[in-house]
Amino acid sequence: MTIAEKILAAHAGLDSVEPGQLLEVDVDFALGNDITAPIAIKIFRQAGVSTVFDREKIALVSDHFVPNKDIMSAEQARLLREFATEQDIVHHYDGGESGVEHVLLPEKGLVLPGDVVIGADSHTCTYGAMGTFATGVGSTDLAATMMTGKTWFKVPESIKFVYKGKLRPWVGGKDLILYTIGDIGVDGALYMAMEFTGPVIDSMSMPGRFTMSNMAIEAGGKVGLINPDDTILNYVTDRAVRDFTVYRSDEDARYTKVVEYDCSEIEPQVACPHLPENTKGISEVENVPLDQVVIGSCTNGRLEDLALAADVISGRRVSKGLRLIVLPTTPTVYIQALEKGFLKTFLNAGAVIGPPTCGPCLGGHMGVLAKGERALSTTNRNFVGRMGHPESEVYLANPAIAAASAVLGRIGSPDEL
Amino acid sequence: MKIKGKVWKFGKNIDTDVIIPARYLNTSDPAELAKHCMEDADPDFSKKIKPGDIIVAGKNFGCGSSREHAPIALKAAGLGCVIAPSFARIFYRNAFNMGLPIFECDETASALGEGDEMEVDADTGEIRDLTTGDVFMAQPIPPFMQELIADGGLIPHVLKGL
Repeated sequence: MTIAEKILAAHAGLDSVEPGQLLEVDVDFALGNDITAPIAIKIFRQAGVSTVFDREKIALVSDHFVPNKDIMSAEQARLLREFATEQDIVHHYDGGESGVEHVLLPEKGLVLPGDVVIGADSHTCTYGAMGTFATGVGSTDLAATMMTGKTWFKVPESIKFVYKGKLRPWVGGKDLILYTIGDIGVDGALYMAMEFTGPVIDSMSMPGRFTMSNMAIEAGGKVGLINPDDTILNYVTDRAVRDFTVYRSDEDARYTKVVEYDCSEIEPQVACPHLPENTKGISEVENVPLDQVVIGSCTNGRLEDLALAADVISGRRVSKGLRLIVLPTTPTVYIQALEKGFLKTFLNAGAVIGPPTCGPCLGGHMGVLAKGERALSTTNRNFVGRMGHPESEVYLANPAIAAASAVLGRIGSPDEL
Repeated sequence: MKIKGKVWKFGKNIDTDVIIPARYLNTSDPAELAKHCMEDADPDFSKKIKPGDIIVAGKNFGCGSSREHAPIALKAAGLGCVIAPSFARIFYRNAFNMGLPIFECDETASALGEGDEMEVDADTGEIRDLTTGDVFMAQPIPPFMQELIADGGLIPHVLKGL
């Protein structure tokens, strides 16, 4: 069996499962944010259920429109606060304790290898990097799980991706996942489990792995899994708030498809408007002047991402007329970036440092684009109107390309500095 | 259950940011969301459509975020159903949970014309273009799912049974 099949079987109380099988499974952890949880909370109350299934296994994270961007957003964040108090929810994150949910929850050891995690946020698949069966659902499904601790799934078929070869300079997890999405398309893994394997993954650190699993949804994937190894166990061991079980794919596991990539042929990738599959190597991108660069998000706003960007931009200035916005994703990331001097480096370069928030990634606040403006962002989606006006444009890339582009005033590589 | 209305056509990979832009996600009020439904693809869409009208789109409809606001907005705007060759996973589940019928059909995206009058029979899966007389087949919606849709979605359906 694959890791996806093993985790689902174990949570359904079965010895084995087959792709296509429908299962009711126990959920180890469920989460919602200030956009999706309000609907789930209203449903929960409407259903007349008195208490949540387990007050320690639910996270409510106000991260999308906080610090509250307007009165209506403030009401939504307040609803989470009230419900958390009423239900005595242990993991409610708000104000200075909050951060971007998919960075915050792994950091706190709340989501673990071998878990089934559902989140009312499509990027819940991020935790696949820890060998977690984690996937996005709607608010209604979240409400049902908050009541029962269970959900239903169809066992997905699995596609195995094997990454081989030596990585080129400035190439990391973001480039590999963008390249993969460019190859298979935004529905290339529709309904399926993606499994990232191979020597390149084996030697990749956790931040790069999180970035890859994070964007599985951008290929339509249900989950983006990595088999637990020492890197994952080292990351998890000191953080884990519960016991966990490690599952790995068998040697003879069955895959719908196996795709191999020679990474030595992959250069830094840029996804052009208006789909993540519109990828090009950085050398193929022509002169694209930029109005804004954003470094942050559940995709690329971890300490290592900020370190990479700070290294590139150190001693340089942001191009005149361009706004560079840097959003450390959690309070811990923020403090570490401060202590290591990254924030000073960004400020000296002329960047704006924002609070931990999803903010501009989804055109919420803290960097919304005007009509006709163009941004390069380390985030995950470049759909029409994603970061603001429907006639604005978003390009996606890794943090090194983002930092270099902020200096150049156009999309470019650190090699050009 | 039969759905009858005019066809509104959209391309492939229509994402949830197009269905309901995130700038409007500071509310979950269906009437408010309906006003902005498909706005970035067609600013006047919500004003032009009539109850029962049908979106016919290309593959991977509803890709992107998990926002349930997307099927809520489509349904509250009055759409009778959405037909596409495929739907993104989260949207597929959310649509039924919200009581919005959706049908998977490979041919309609290219065969049907904008503005055609169309009738969809959920019992048989028959999609009939009343303008041209063409007929296409999708998977029918089984009776229990139709009941769920008629009740207004999963939660009202479940509460009714309690």
